[in-house]
Amino acid sequence: MTAVASALRERAGGLLWFWSIGAFRRTLPWLFLAALAVFILGPLLSLILWAFAGQWFYPALLPDEFSLKWWSVVFGNRSVVASIKNSLVTAPVVTLLSAVICLPAAYAFARFQFPARRALLLSFLTANSFPKIGLYISIATLFYRLHLMTTYWGVVLIQLVGTLLFMIWIPAGTFRGINRSLEEAARDVGASGLRTFFQITLPIAMPGLLVAGLFAFLAAFDEAQGTLIVGSPNYITMPVMMYTLVLNYPQPVGAVFSILLTLPSLVLLLLAQRLLRQGYLAAGYTL
Amino acid sequence: MADMADLRLVHLSKQFAAAAAVHDFSLDVSEGELMCLLGPSGCGKTTTLRMIGGFITPDAGDILIDGTSVLRQPPERRPTAMVFQRFNLWPHMTVTDNIAFGLRLRRLSTSTIERKVTETLALVGLPGAGGKWPHQLSGGEQQRVAVARALVLEPKILLLDEPFSNLDARLRVRMREELKTLQRQVGITTVFVTHDQEEALTLADRIAVMNKGVVQQVDTPSALYRRPQALFVADFIGAMNFVQTQYSRARGAFVSGGVGVAASGNWTDGQAVTMAFRPEDVMFVEGDSGVPGQVRRVVNLGHYLEITVDCPGLGAIKVFADGQHPATDGQRLSVFLRRILLYADGTSVTEIDTPRLSRLPPADTLQNSATA
Repeated sequence: MTAVASALRERAGGLLWFWSIGAFRRTLPWLFLAALAVFILGPLLSLILWAFAGQWFYPALLPDEFSLKWWSVVFGNRSVVASIKNSLVTAPVVTLLSAVICLPAAYAFARFQFPARRALLLSFLTANSFPKIGLYISIATLFYRLHLMTTYWGVVLIQLVGTLLFMIWIPAGTFRGINRSLEEAARDVGASGLRTFFQITLPIAMPGLLVAGLFAFLAAFDEAQGTLIVGSPNYITMPVMMYTLVLNYPQPVGAVFSILLTLPSLVLLLLAQRLLRQGYLAAGYTL
Repeated sequence: MADMADLRLVHLSKQFAAAAAVHDFSLDVSEGELMCLLGPSGCGKTTTLRMIGGFITPDAGDILIDGTSVLRQPPERRPTAMVFQRFNLWPHMTVTDNIAFGLRLRRLSTSTIERKVTETLALVGLPGAGGKWPHQLSGGEQQRVAVARALVLEPKILLLDEPFSNLDARLRVRMREELKTLQRQVGITTVFVTHDQEEALTLADRIAVMNKGVVQQVDTPSALYRRPQALFVADFIGAMNFVQTQYSRARGAFVSGGVGVAASGNWTDGQAVTMAFRPEDVMFVEGDSGVPGQVRRVVNLGHYLEITVDCPGLGAIKVFADGQHPATDGQRLSVFLRRILLYADGTSVTEIDTPRLSRLPPADTLQNSATA
C-alpha cells in the first residue's frame, strides 16, 4: 500500500500533495460512507418531502408549504384503498401458503436422500433464471382455461411462484445446519418423529424460517408483473396501482403511495431484526 | 435408582455403503456393568451403539434387554438413554426444560417432575443450574446436563458415545472419574464408546476391543493389557515392542537376526511368529547374560524414562525404566526380557515367562521391526 502510495506521489508530483496528510486519509472512508448514504437515503428523503409538500416550485430547496392534502387524495380514492386492502389480504396468505407447501419440502431436501434430489432443488431456481414475463404469459393462458384470471386465488397462485425460491432454499439450509443428534436426543427420551419436529427442530430453525418468511412476504407484496397480467382489471394490488398513479396523477401522489408501499417492509425488517438477535443468541452456543 | 438389567447382543451385523460396518457382533453385558467399546475410528463401535439405541436397524442378529428383544422398538420406546458426543442440549430450552422434556412426555405431575429434575441435577453435581441456558454452560457442564437428562428417565441401559472427546484433557480425566462414581452409585448397566484406550482402561469393568467391525477380544482391563489375544489388541492397547522371528528346528528356538529365543513344544521349521513384549518387561542386566545393545535416545516422562535401545537382532526397542537406573545416549548395555507373547497369523499362540535369550552366529538376516 505504501509502495503504491509513494509511487503515486513520485508520478503525480505535487498534484497529490494532500495524500500525505493523515487527516485526509482518515476522512476518506467517511466521505465514501456519506456519499453512499446520500445515494440511498437522498431519494427517500425527497420522497418524504414530496409526500408532505403542498406546493413546491423550482428552485426552492424545501417545499413552499407542507400539507396532508395528497394523503387525503390517496385515501379518498376508492380504487386506491381497494388496492391497499387487496395487497394486505394476498401477501400474508401467499406467505403462509408458501410456508405450508415449501417447509416440508425444504425439510425433506435437508434430511432425506432421494432420487433426483439435487435436480429438484435446482429446479426451484429456474423460475428465477429467465425473464418472468414469458413464464407469466404462459401461466395466464393456463389460468384462462381454469377460470382463475382476475380472481383472488389466481393472484395468490401467481405470487406464489416468486416466493418458492426463498421458502425452499433458505429453510433447507437452516434445517441442514441443525445437528441431527439434537433430533435423535429427543427421539431417545421418548418423543415421536412429529413431536420432535414441532418441539425441537422447528423452534431451533425459527430464525432462519423467519428470514425466509420475510423475503417471501416482500416478494409477494412487491410482485407487480404477474399480478398485473393475472389480476387486472378486477384485482389490483398496490404495486400494480403504482403504475396507474405514477402515470395519471401529480408527483406527490406517487410519493405518498411509495411511502405506503415501503411501510410494511420497514416494519417487518425492524421486527425481524429484534427477533433474530434473540434467536441467534439462543442458538449460538458451542461446546 | 434404575432397574438392573442386562444387555445381550446376538450375532449383530450391519453393512453400509460408506459408514463403518459391523460383522457378527455378539456381546453380553451383565447387570450394572460398565462395558467399553474400544477401537480406532471406523471400527463400527458407534454403529453398534446406535443399533442398541435404535437409530440404526441391524441387517441381522438380535438385541435383548432383560431377555426381551427390542429390535422392533423405535428409539423412543427403548429402555435406553443416549449421551451424544456433542450438540446434546436443545439450545431453545433451559437446563430444567431440557431435563424435564422426557418426563413431560410421560405425563408425570408437575411436582414429581420438579423433584426429579432437582434430584438429578444434584446427582450430576450441578444443583441450582436449572434456570440456565445451554449457551451459559461450559462444555463439561453441558455434558453433565446431558447425562442428567439421560438418567432422569431411569433407563435400563445408559449409552455414551464418546461424551468427553470434545473436552480438554484435564477436564476429560475429571469427568471420567465422576462418571465412574456416578455409574457405581446408580448401578446402571452402561455401554461406553471411545477410541481412547486410556479412557477405556480407567473406566471400564470390561472392554470389547473392535477392529474393522469385528470384536477382537472382550476382557477386563488388566487381562486385556496382560494377555492380548490378538496382534491388533497387543498393538492397540498400551505400548508394545514387536519382533518378527522364524522358528528354527535345528536350534530349537525362534530366531531373529543374531538372537535366539529358546522355545519348547512342537513347531514347524521356518514358521513365522511375531514376538511381542511390553517396554516395562525389558530389564537391563550386567555382564554377558543378555542381548547387547546401545542406547539411542532417552526421553524423561516425569515418573519414568522412555529409553530407545538399538539391539542387533531385535531392532530398536522401547524400554520403560524408573529414574533409579539413569541411562545416557550412546551407552552400551545388555537387555533381558521378563516376559514375551508369541503371535502367529495375528492371534496369540503362547506366552513365555523369563525366556532364555541366546546370541547366535550371524547366519539369519531377517528384517526386524519394533513398534510401540
